[in-house]
Amino acid sequence: MRIRLHFRQYVLGLAGAVAVASAAPALAATEIQLWHAMTGALNERIVGLTEEFNKSQSDYHVNPVYKGSYPEALNAGIAAFRAGTAPHILQVFEVGTATMMNAKGAIKPVEVMMKEAGEPFDRTAYVPAVAGYYATANGQLASFPFNSSTPVFYYNKDAFAKAGLDPEAPPKTWTELAVAAAKLKSSGQRCGYTTTWPSWIQLETFSAWHNVEYATKNNGFGGLDARLKINSPLHVRHIENLANLSKQGLFTYGGRGNAAVSRFFSGECAMLTESSSGYANIKKNATFKFGIASLPYYPDVAGAPQNTIIGGASLWVFANKTAPEYKGVAKFFSYLSKPEVQAKWHQETGYLPVTTAAYDLTRKSGFYKQNPGTDVSVEQMIVKITDKSRGVRLGFLPQIRDVTEEELENVWAGKQTAKQGLDRAVQRGDELLTRFERGNR
Amino acid sequence: MNTSAVAGQKRVVFSGLVLPYLLLAPQLIITVVFFFWPAAQALWQSTQMQDAFGIGSEFVGLENFTTLFSTPEYLASFRLTAAFSTAVAVSGLVIALLLAVMANRVIRAATAYKTLLIWPYAVAPAIAAVLWLFLFSPAVGILALALRHVGVDWNHLLNGDQAFLLVVITSVWKQVSYNFLFFLAGLQSIPRSLLEAAAIDGAGPWRRFRTIVFPLLSPTTFFLLVVNVIYAFFDTFAVIDAATQGGPGGQTAVLVYKVYQDGFKGLDFGSSAAQSVVLMLIVTVLTVMQFRFIDRRVQY
Repeated sequence: MRIRLHFRQYVLGLAGAVAVASAAPALAATEIQLWHAMTGALNERIVGLTEEFNKSQSDYHVNPVYKGSYPEALNAGIAAFRAGTAPHILQVFEVGTATMMNAKGAIKPVEVMMKEAGEPFDRTAYVPAVAGYYATANGQLASFPFNSSTPVFYYNKDAFAKAGLDPEAPPKTWTELAVAAAKLKSSGQRCGYTTTWPSWIQLETFSAWHNVEYATKNNGFGGLDARLKINSPLHVRHIENLANLSKQGLFTYGGRGNAAVSRFFSGECAMLTESSSGYANIKKNATFKFGIASLPYYPDVAGAPQNTIIGGASLWVFANKTAPEYKGVAKFFSYLSKPEVQAKWHQETGYLPVTTAAYDLTRKSGFYKQNPGTDVSVEQMIVKITDKSRGVRLGFLPQIRDVTEEELENVWAGKQTAKQGLDRAVQRGDELLTRFERGNR
Repeated sequence: MNTSAVAGQKRVVFSGLVLPYLLLAPQLIITVVFFFWPAAQALWQSTQMQDAFGIGSEFVGLENFTTLFSTPEYLASFRLTAAFSTAVAVSGLVIALLLAVMANRVIRAATAYKTLLIWPYAVAPAIAAVLWLFLFSPAVGILALALRHVGVDWNHLLNGDQAFLLVVITSVWKQVSYNFLFFLAGLQSIPRSLLEAAAIDGAGPWRRFRTIVFPLLSPTTFFLLVVNVIYAFFDTFAVIDAATQGGPGGQTAVLVYKVYQDGFKGLDFGSSAAQSVVLMLIVTVLTVMQFRFIDRRVQY
């Protein structure tokens, strides 16, 4: 018995040795560490992407490592950098952009890296609203746009039909939305409209969509001394409008983050503003026909609608790596930029295609016809951007979002007026911006 | 090495200095590495204003502290933390004691009761929070729907008091099992003869509890009081993060949650370190007060 066991172990050991020996050429490849925050199907997809890249050549081996949620992955990257063991590539969510951009000496701008590695790179191949978000002051791409999403408007077609509304004509403006919500309510719908990500959708994207400033200095792109402008008459008007709708029971606050999405697919709320990347989730859970449309806007505002801004994340490259390693990273990014790779990623995840070629390819393939509404996000983004609509580049943006959400909650609860809430948010946000400016001088 | 028996206890006296320090070394090293060193780092970091990567930093003295104490939200967080800790510690102890006394009297299926009561302790804080969150979810929660039927409009997303109640319930539910275990062990170590003698003397159950059981439980109660205050101060952030994220309007953002929010999510290490130092001071003062004033009433 014992001898047989030993024999079996010996055989197993031999098999293992053979496996290692045959894998040896792969081990000789330059190892590229990619730290990310993708879970579930997205994690499978990112692993699939790297496997496909690894198989396509034999010089480099990209190793994806899941590092927790977005904030956790960012913290892991920062801690690793401080300990001198930073990965090559780190996925950072969009609100961490200013933190990364100001980490002088810690990161290697992607466009610089591509050029040094001798890898062809065409800035104009990328969708302007996506590339613009991650561009430095001189227009160079600082990080590689990977998974970008943008808010869109979802509505319950069955509920629309029941309320006597045209299921093929979703509300285009905020006035039409209020009318639709009232009709839905009188047809017995418990909640007309709700929103996920209140600060991202109702303030950041709202500003870009109406081509008004979120903060001075081109929303922070022009320097660290930017200060918030979200208590402008238009912002106050919008929040006041939502507060009034809330009082009439037409708008229901559904919580922070994407908590409100369950109220939509449970059928409680008939209209929802949510990230385009929420598509898969909604499609899986909704038991009714739903439509996707552009975000509502105020038609009397000049320049509206402009374009929406992005969420999601991008890939950052750390500094102080060797030339062969950068070459590998550059090859990997080139691979990710390929129209067919990008198009597949876009179609499978609901994230935006980051290159116009990938969008064209998806359109030609008939994907948008088979999945109506999935092109709304791209349509909202693909137009030209202005200095006010490029995005929001502010330090401590995660905390600023918390602050604005706290103040908004107090508005919805009727504890303060829209004006008081936004004034307070600006004051508290500006204090944070001052701190960030000092810490990053 | 001298061994002498004092009052039934074996006392070992080591001669020389090397061996005792050697024996203490593992504990001392752990304390230094995992407590003193991080505490010193927090102190140093609280005097700095720096970027997340630690590339540029500036010595700012006590400015991080003065900024904190001129922020109304931070001061509000103090009142909130005091109310929250009191609610969690007091209700956690009272409920656990009640359950322990009842479980101690049960004879049939006692193990089943005990297992069920200990169960919640095995649940991770975040999962506990999500569980209660589902029950009280304004949209789909069973308890929220039941409350609506009796005329209570439950919406902890907008109602600060309800959100506060939710995090207190979750935190207490998590901690009751731990308290229960200690109370039950304490109750079982009380000699039966004392209670029987009192019963023969004509003392009723309440009187027996008040004059015999409770005083004999006082060391356990005191220990649990300290542990529960520390629990309420430090271990509840996962519950709050999963249930309310400090909302609505900052009405459940207790001190430790703000430390986590500003340091971990916000990457404002200077302010976060200053907040940790404040929190450390508060807990030190509380612990000293507990030992100086309450410890005197405890009979060991």
